[in-house]
Amino acid sequence: MSGSGHGQTMRITLKVWRQDNPSDKGGFQVVDVPGVSPEMSFLEMLDVVNGRLTESGDRPIVFDHDCREGICGSCGVIINGVAHGPERGTATCQLHMRKFSDGDTIAVEPWRAAAFPVIRDLAVDRSAFDRIVEAGGYISAPTGSAIDANMIPIPKPVADASMDAAQCIGCGACVAACPNSAAQLFTSAKLAHLNLMPQGQPERWARTEAMVETMEQFFGSCTNHGECQDACPKEISVDFIAMMNRDYVKSKRKNRQLLSQSI
Amino acid sequence: MTTTGYLDGKVPTGPIDEKWTSHKFNLKLVNPANKRKYDIIVVGTGLAGASAAASLGELGYNVKVFTFHDSPRRAHSIAAQGGINAAKNYKNDGDSVYRLFYDTVKGGDFRAREGNVYRLAEVSVDIIDQCAAQGVPFAREYSGLLDNRSFGGAQVSRTFYARGQTGQQLLLGAYQALARQVHAGSCTLYNRTEMLDLVVKDGKACGIVVRDLLTGEISRHSAHAVVLATGGYGNVFYLSTNAKGSNTTATWRAHKKGAFFANPCYTQIHPTCIPASDDFQSKLTLMSESLRNDGRIWVPKNPNDTRPAHQIPDEDRDYYLERRYPAFGNLVPRDVASRNSKTQVDEGRGVGPIKNGVYLDFGDSIDRLGRDVIEERYGNLFQMYERITDEDPYKMPMRIYPAVHYTMGGLWVDYNLMSNLPGLYVLGEANFSDHGANRLGASALMQGLADGYFVLPYTIGDYLAGMLGEKPVSTDDPVFAESENEVRDQIRRLLSVNGTRPVDSLYRELGVDIVWEHCGMARNQAGLTQAISDIRSLRDEFWTNVKITDQSESLNTSLEKALRVADFFEMAELMCKDALDREESCGGHFREEYQTEDGEALRNDDRFAYAAAWEWTGESGQQRLNKEELTFEYVKLAQRSYK
Amino acid sequence: MATTTVRSSGVSARGLVKPAFRRPQKRLPYPFGLYQSAVGKKWVMGVTGLMLMGFVLVHMIGNLHMYEGPAKFNEYAEALRTLGGHFIPREWALWGLRAGLLGAVALHIHSAVTLTRINRAARPTRYQASRRYRVANTSSRSMRLTGLVVILYVLFHLADLTWGRIFPDTYIYGDVYNNVVQSLSNVPVAIIYIVANVALAVHLRHGAWSLFQSLGWNNPKFNAARRTFANGFAAIILIGNLSFPIMTLAGVVSQDERTAPCHLLDGEPTDICLGDEAKAQFDPTAVAKEGAKK
Repeated sequence: MSGSGHGQTMRITLKVWRQDNPSDKGGFQVVDVPGVSPEMSFLEMLDVVNGRLTESGDRPIVFDHDCREGICGSCGVIINGVAHGPERGTATCQLHMRKFSDGDTIAVEPWRAAAFPVIRDLAVDRSAFDRIVEAGGYISAPTGSAIDANMIPIPKPVADASMDAAQCIGCGACVAACPNSAAQLFTSAKLAHLNLMPQGQPERWARTEAMVETMEQFFGSCTNHGECQDACPKEISVDFIAMMNRDYVKSKRKNRQLLSQSI
Repeated sequence: MTTTGYLDGKVPTGPIDEKWTSHKFNLKLVNPANKRKYDIIVVGTGLAGASAAASLGELGYNVKVFTFHDSPRRAHSIAAQGGINAAKNYKNDGDSVYRLFYDTVKGGDFRAREGNVYRLAEVSVDIIDQCAAQGVPFAREYSGLLDNRSFGGAQVSRTFYARGQTGQQLLLGAYQALARQVHAGSCTLYNRTEMLDLVVKDGKACGIVVRDLLTGEISRHSAHAVVLATGGYGNVFYLSTNAKGSNTTATWRAHKKGAFFANPCYTQIHPTCIPASDDFQSKLTLMSESLRNDGRIWVPKNPNDTRPAHQIPDEDRDYYLERRYPAFGNLVPRDVASRNSKTQVDEGRGVGPIKNGVYLDFGDSIDRLGRDVIEERYGNLFQMYERITDEDPYKMPMRIYPAVHYTMGGLWVDYNLMSNLPGLYVLGEANFSDHGANRLGASALMQGLADGYFVLPYTIGDYLAGMLGEKPVSTDDPVFAESENEVRDQIRRLLSVNGTRPVDSLYRELGVDIVWEHCGMARNQAGLTQAISDIRSLRDEFWTNVKITDQSESLNTSLEKALRVADFFEMAELMCKDALDREESCGGHFREEYQTEDGEALRNDDRFAYAAAWEWTGESGQQRLNKEELTFEYVKLAQRSYK
Repeated sequence: MATTTVRSSGVSARGLVKPAFRRPQKRLPYPFGLYQSAVGKKWVMGVTGLMLMGFVLVHMIGNLHMYEGPAKFNEYAEALRTLGGHFIPREWALWGLRAGLLGAVALHIHSAVTLTRINRAARPTRYQASRRYRVANTSSRSMRLTGLVVILYVLFHLADLTWGRIFPDTYIYGDVYNNVVQSLSNVPVAIIYIVANVALAVHLRHGAWSLFQSLGWNNPKFNAARRTFANGFAAIILIGNLSFPIMTLAGVVSQDERTAPCHLLDGEPTDICLGDEAKAQFDPTAVAKEGAKK
């Protein structure tokens, strides 16, 4: 069996952000949490805390979560100053309590960014991400218009690189981790996914310009710290940010050219 | 119980391979200029909902899309790992539309509608084209052409995949198509908004009542047609591989408004999940079935063997699947693999700290193929396993146990995907139509997208064309007021109980202690009868002793959960009722009384070759049975055998 | 749609997300429109940064002439003034380069200031518990500080060696060697130089990597080399530039190097101060005027 063993439990002190509504000032609530099993996931620990809070007549902590297998991107909090907590390449739901020690104090805080206003406790509104995708994060392929899937061969390295970018789960950790609250990693991952594909070429420049400029309406700018890549549960590379920057500068020229040709 | 009714699936006549083509021609069309005069509500933004909303938006309808998530991209379709089937025959290994149709009917243990299944196989090829055009980064070969793999014991390689994240990539494709329509203004998105009632006027679905999860506001929305694509009810078991938010509320409320609920007892148990570690376990994690291609399943012969797995020599191991099913071995269908695991654990040979799993061992494959090959094939799954269990599967065999994964049952729909309530369409896992009693691996994604992209956009026009010139029912109509009041009453009642038990405590007892125990992998009459009475008394306790400390109308996750669990209590009862009623074993429904001498499922085609569609009569557990007789013209009824 | 609920909290959580930054009302034509976006500003910052890196490198290499003695060093300084040879008037080319540098500095600073404002506004409420950065380093976190130190230092440097305002008594226009040695042999001044050049190197260590990202120069083939380049570049500049005050303080570079005091006797430079070529073009009256001003 694993070294953590069964039956051993830990006692931790949870310092968790509580904020009743978006305009409430909010503050940390300190909760003593005995009986934490190392096998628990971080969210299961919060479930246990919520059960106890409810039994004692307190309001449970509100946090976003859904699939609990690290793919839906719903969960995400700052744990001890790090987005999604201490383990790299892991969303909050896949973080386990064995990564902490008995007696630890764990500070839990929501993502903070102008574009991610706190709704309640640890839940934030990430709909700015949807706005970025709506601006052009798609390939226009109306249902029924497709040609046979094997008509466009895609070199394996290209498909693989595209898939590397497409893995983004839209959790917002990149924004939360960024000292500037920039959404460059999110936006560039979507752009790289589509811009690398042959199918994505017709709309490449329009897409790039629209998505970048929509992103800039909500988020800060990139100063290449690299915190986003480190926080990303899918470990998406900042190389895609460079690609986006290159494409954006090009798009300014290309879109002008395309415009003049259509006249 | 009142007398049994009979239903017509409205499958078109004619040869099976011409049914859909001729049906499409016979469907009424809506003039392009008139499409914008129709409002359509789509609830749910998973594969089926997002693809349907996007396609309807492209056609020009006014679409209102509802999701309880913060973004459509979070729907649980995203978690599907393995792949999506399509009868492309790119591998030249003898696949065809007919073979996919045949495999699906047979795999479903002859409890699916032939016409629907054939159509599903037929449009499967279009799905791959559509998704590739959208930029879904499917796995490729070095030639640049699409790669396929064999999946879930299929004899042909027809599964398309994108690493271990096929569901994610397909959902993102559909989400992006939807985002495009939102941007174009043809779809209006209501996120964090949960449907709490279906509104029916003169027998026709005409709208929904929803709760804004952020503000607590209850509002009414009317439309010419309502499309439910809200997924399955697997979370009735509390522990399942479904997302925590997955629920049956939308379909259940529709059921209580008159929509028939079909085959609720058909639940699929997936054999390769990570066993629960303790009482705090909140959900189970599935690992792709592809693991069984290279892993060998075993338990120690001696139940009291305390040696670590790698120190147990081969002669002390029981590779029970290979022993019992020499032909298929570890690749037997899901239900067979699952039941065998259960038998081992029930007989005390389980492994792990609480003896609730069996070993899935890669030792031989690593010796034979090398660690690199195994890592390339399953690296991400091994990593996920290690993260959750803190054990290295390259050194220690994995521990696996079955878990609820998919529900084949759902709202009854006809060939047009319309329920018995005109104007109500049901897509994807939420309906019952295509998988019969058991779903094949990599077919859920196929069905969700088939319904959304290639079936509903045609069939809904047939209904709408007849309503030209009609305005949707006004939201001021008394039927809306009545629905809204019911919703408000229920919320008020829940908030005012102020008992002693948190929602989760009651919910866990319902799911784990009652439903999983008596209506899980194996069922019997005594257990089901017991379960029904236990469910009733626990439901009474729920309504008198639930404790919700958060009384606010803002984002109130305990209230959301309580509303969903309230429906699971009624759902669970119907499930047990259906399981009790179906006195045979088939697919995902195994009645211990009905098995062969070898312990295999024993169907009773004479009595039960029908879909059981339950009709709400006003009280939980008092549903009336309607039968849709199933006829098999093309696939001959036969007992499945994997010996 | 009828809605009748009264909210208890009084604050709607619906529709919280609004654009924090407005799109520019008027789009400027290409390529100026680029600068209206943050990505474009970063691109400009990268380009101007690259220009300034070029300057810093050439400046450092040029200054190595110091080790060849006063004659060669002053000759080099004079050569800069006469860039462009006989085709353009004296100092015009130099002023051209200076204008380019000034423009680059102005844009570099302007983009930095505007981006900083955007970034501050992008997180109005800071994290309330302490943050832990895992990749962002001193270098990347201190760009604003090191940038400020460098710009203040550049002003000091100009006042010292170009305008002769720090040591007016000993400053001699045209006698670069004298001026440098006079200045750097003063310990506080040498410390200023040392501190400022450390700041410059720290700034370059991030900047010289970051520009590849901002300009979109990435390729799996050389991505790993980008860090090495940045660290190497910063190290070369640091070693080169620090050698000047250190060597001066250590006495390796000193007035003693001269065979005779370098003074403008009767308006005539000594041979040792200026090379032959420079001497030929030397305008004693201009120097006298300069001297008179002081």
